[in-house]
Amino acid sequence: MSQDYTSMWAELGLDLEAHDALLSVLGNAYTDIYLSQKDRPEGMGYFDFVMSEVHGLRIKELVDEKKAGRKIIGSYCVFVPEEIALAANATLVGLCSGADFAMEEVEKYLPRNTCALIKSSFGFKLGKVCPYLESADMVVGENTCDGKKKAYESLGPLVNNLYVMDLPQVKSDQGRALLRSEFDRFKTVAEELTGVSVTYDSLKQAIGQVNAKRKALHRLYKLRHADPAPISGLDALLASQVAFYDNPARFTESLNKICDELENRIADKVGAMPKKTPRLLLSGCPQAVPNWKLPWIVETSGAVIVGEESCVGERGYRNLVNDSGATMEDLMEAITDRYFKVDCAIFTPNPDRLSHIVEMASDYNADGVIHYGLQFCQPYIMESIPVENALEKKDIPCLRIETDYGMEDVEQIKTRVQAFIEQVK
Amino acid sequence: MRLGGIDIGSRSIELVVVDDGGQILDARQTDTGFDPICQAKGIMADAGFDKLMATGYGRGLFETAFDDTATVTEIKAHARGVVHYFPEARTILDIGGQDSKAIALTNTGRVKKFEMNDRCAAGTGKFLEIMARNLGFDLKDFGPQALAANTSHAINSMCTVFAESEVTSLIARGADRQAISRGLHDSVVKRAAGMINRVSRGGPIVFSGGVAKNPCIRKLVASRLDRQVLVPEDPQMIGALGAALILKDELPAMAE
Repeated sequence: MSQDYTSMWAELGLDLEAHDALLSVLGNAYTDIYLSQKDRPEGMGYFDFVMSEVHGLRIKELVDEKKAGRKIIGSYCVFVPEEIALAANATLVGLCSGADFAMEEVEKYLPRNTCALIKSSFGFKLGKVCPYLESADMVVGENTCDGKKKAYESLGPLVNNLYVMDLPQVKSDQGRALLRSEFDRFKTVAEELTGVSVTYDSLKQAIGQVNAKRKALHRLYKLRHADPAPISGLDALLASQVAFYDNPARFTESLNKICDELENRIADKVGAMPKKTPRLLLSGCPQAVPNWKLPWIVETSGAVIVGEESCVGERGYRNLVNDSGATMEDLMEAITDRYFKVDCAIFTPNPDRLSHIVEMASDYNADGVIHYGLQFCQPYIMESIPVENALEKKDIPCLRIETDYGMEDVEQIKTRVQAFIEQVK
Repeated sequence: MRLGGIDIGSRSIELVVVDDGGQILDARQTDTGFDPICQAKGIMADAGFDKLMATGYGRGLFETAFDDTATVTEIKAHARGVVHYFPEARTILDIGGQDSKAIALTNTGRVKKFEMNDRCAAGTGKFLEIMARNLGFDLKDFGPQALAANTSHAINSMCTVFAESEVTSLIARGADRQAISRGLHDSVVKRAAGMINRVSRGGPIVFSGGVAKNPCIRKLVASRLDRQVLVPEDPQMIGALGAALILKDELPAMAE
């Protein structure tokens, strides 16, 4: 890190010793997993810098924004509309949930058989090691799966200003109406938090900003269709992960620069891995920083990940908001339209996800799909069987992996992944 | 050329040497013990091979310990080894010491799909070994004894630790140990059948791995699934044989 942030972390109320331990584990993991990769695009230097400052410079920026009167809203889910937060002059950041922390403490609040992602969000709070969470003026929970919605009941008393957004579970007219009314309610709450009213102009501008970020990600995803893959799955995943934390304008600019570089690489037939490396698509549960376990296993076993059908990937960033509406009402409707299309496994039925996976496997020229399920994540694990069936109907091999954030099953997963790579080769 | 395949399993290590026509020249076996590399060195000492391919859970360790060794997963190795004996095989059940797997093959003998139980000892050779000991049987007698039972005591726990307590309470109630043994075999087969059904629905099943030597498991798999069960000559050697044969298959490519 470029400077000493100890006093800032102390002011935020972090447990400095535990936080140092976390940063050291994170730093080592990043070195071992990311910096050891060969033939990375030069532009990844930006993300290396962002990761080295993920609890440093970026937090300082947030703290400075707060000092200037801006509010920070933390979120755990892609259903929380960044457009509305930005239009109300707030900054939206993703909250930490990708590593096990303070598990004994967590199990005082949550049953052992809760998914790793939910446990992690509690661990970062109880261990006092997430500066994003501690900077947040409001934390948005959302009623996605049963695990999350019940967990927010216990998280409420632990955090400052938890706001729970309800979400539909069925893609019906009533479901859409619920989403719209929840977005209206979120807009009011955001306005109350910041004291800034959302106007047609501010909302339109915010839509443009978030669309630009999504467009840059779409560009990245499309470039990964090429063979040889111009960027590793690990690096591309990092871009999707950092999109949750970074300043949106700077992120967009930096990612577009990488995309320019990738276009040149493709023209020169330069890849992160050689041509004909088996190409795999990952599908399933989101992978929050620093959950790089499965992609790391896959890419050190001789395959390359070419796409993520995940909330930290194409599912989370698919589709833009139509910003052509003439009134505030039009814009709110357009935002609702866009988010209502997210094919999260909490919806029933959820056929769009199956067709998207099959479509992605073909667009990305994937040789196979690995379905990634976090243990105890009922919605995605339930869908893993229909996903496998839908893929096999199209003769696309599928491997279902169920795991958590622990490292004790790495060897077993490696065997399965390697056998799957041998199978699709 | 002498091509070696070594399978470092959780319970035993096998080494098979074939010539470039795929003829088996040598086959050996030893216990894995607590120092697999030392054990492997012992078995390899005078085997005289020109190239070696390692498989099994210890293959990574092996790759680090010895230069110039290729590795392959036990899934592909078993598939290749089985095809050597049964070219028509489309379904494989492999139950080893530490894991069990069901593999479906394409009509060219490639792996089409596989299922694996690898997170605990449930339904593996280790499970049977522990249970045989609890019931006072030698492992080699365990299958025949279970087969001789008139009835079966259902064992509901898949987990080795819980099944152990279940067995203890059955013994305490004076239950017949042959019937308990049969129940334990039933529980292993129930699990294996579930895996097989997920990868293939018909045709003969080739059974490999150490547990294939157990006559009760063989019979129960056949009757439960109503499918023929074929067992290669020395089912424990299949992984090592497959690894050696994969080297043989790669030969023309290397000559180019």
